[in-house]
Amino acid sequence: MNDRRVVVTGLGVVAPNGHGLAAFSQALRSGVSGIRKIDKLAELNFRCQVGGVPQQISEKAKNYLSEEDLFAMNEAMTFGAIAAMDAWRDAGLEIPARESEQVHWGSGCVLGSGLSGMDTIGEKLVPNVNAGKVRRLGSSMVEQTMSSSISAKLSGLLALGNQVTSNSSACNTGTEAIHDAYLRIKIGLAERMLAGGSESSSQYIWAGFDAMRVLSSEFNEEPHRASRPMSASAGGFVPGSGCGVLVLESLEAAKARGARIYAEILGAAVNCGGHRMGGSMTAPNNVAVQRCIRQAVEAAGISPCKIDTINGHLTATMGDVLEVNNWATALECAPKDLPLINSTKSMIGHCLGAAGSIEAVAAVLQLHEGFVHGSINCEDLHPELAAFEGSIARTTIEKPIEILAKSSFGFGDVNGCLILKKWRN
Amino acid sequence: MQDQVYEKLLEIVKPFAKNKEAFEKATESSSFLDDLEVSSSRLVDIVLDIEEAFEIEVADTEADKIDTLGSAVALIKAKTAGR
Repeated sequence: MNDRRVVVTGLGVVAPNGHGLAAFSQALRSGVSGIRKIDKLAELNFRCQVGGVPQQISEKAKNYLSEEDLFAMNEAMTFGAIAAMDAWRDAGLEIPARESEQVHWGSGCVLGSGLSGMDTIGEKLVPNVNAGKVRRLGSSMVEQTMSSSISAKLSGLLALGNQVTSNSSACNTGTEAIHDAYLRIKIGLAERMLAGGSESSSQYIWAGFDAMRVLSSEFNEEPHRASRPMSASAGGFVPGSGCGVLVLESLEAAKARGARIYAEILGAAVNCGGHRMGGSMTAPNNVAVQRCIRQAVEAAGISPCKIDTINGHLTATMGDVLEVNNWATALECAPKDLPLINSTKSMIGHCLGAAGSIEAVAAVLQLHEGFVHGSINCEDLHPELAAFEGSIARTTIEKPIEILAKSSFGFGDVNGCLILKKWRN
Repeated sequence: MQDQVYEKLLEIVKPFAKNKEAFEKATESSSFLDDLEVSSSRLVDIVLDIEEAFEIEVADTEADKIDTLGSAVALIKAKTAGR
């Protein structure tokens, strides 16, 4: 079995606080929140009435996709297509002409979501079926609601001929996609993979979380302050949406075509706590979290002390304190020695199945450009994190970083961790 | 009447025609699938739009026989005759 090096050569992002790398990077550096008041949520009596929604995407979509494409694309598919096409171009690759018969046999994608096609299901499928109007649904329901809708559409837009699939592991989806795509290249089954997650802004996705009382509800009139990871006043996460995509390539393939390389994936791991030892459908088994982080570090072949910064899962729930402590335990460091840690969710909310991949784009940008973005809204640090205060990046720090650890955790007691290293020629 | 029907039909078909060049040069003999490169699955959506635009009902067996723009026009004309 091959054991090849895998690098990141392209990035694309459709985030609540910026579309495109320049806008997103600037927003991260400047602490720009993409959380806004969502009137629809107020009308529908949600406790949480704020959310993270990428702006003006339906207008921009016309520059990427034909009318024929858009006819059968819901929001998550559109976010996914835009982010993936941006990433593809960013990697220096051309979007193939529709007429071209050339298939990229070495290129595939793993692009998943947490809850696929819920806008289509809620707004079209269910109302028409219940009204006895099945015939009026037209031809596009299946392709918009099948779990693989996003990756399936992308394969046609980019003529992908390798594995094309959509994974799903709740809030770990985006990170797991990168893990899976990385492994496929590493063992020699693909040369190039697009990897990420996409999630729509549907109220039908967010309602279940609102009913669980895990969403923020105390800052509805101050949206920019609503997402508060690691703060004493964190009262739940803010739902977000969007898509992040990484183009991963074997080092040989990237070098052969003279591609610009952002970073190398040194190691990655995913696991599950088995709903034991305190773990459940909705709570983490801390031993599993620590094992996952350790496994990723071991796979990377580095000493934990080489990690310069951590981009955490950190959603603004009770889990934040557990997570930070888990990092310290897994990396075997005293609180004061924990690497700098931040939460991209403080600015974009929790983009669920897209979270890991949008945050991975943020991670690679931080490595490439040399900064650790500030985690906003934790000026009132959670008292149980006081010992970690010096390690929590509350404002942006401009400095070169070499190695970054990125984690995601999800319902189902699943975990994911990536170890990324800045590429130096 | 035929010109109006044809023009209205072209509006319906336009977003589904993947061959834009062929669409610009379309005639009544243009076929949906081969010339205009409409995806076969989207014929269902075109028929739904036709039903709505012309306030008619098209049976599945009738829909199956639509292959060119002209055949669609003929069907619409037959269904709307006498209105």
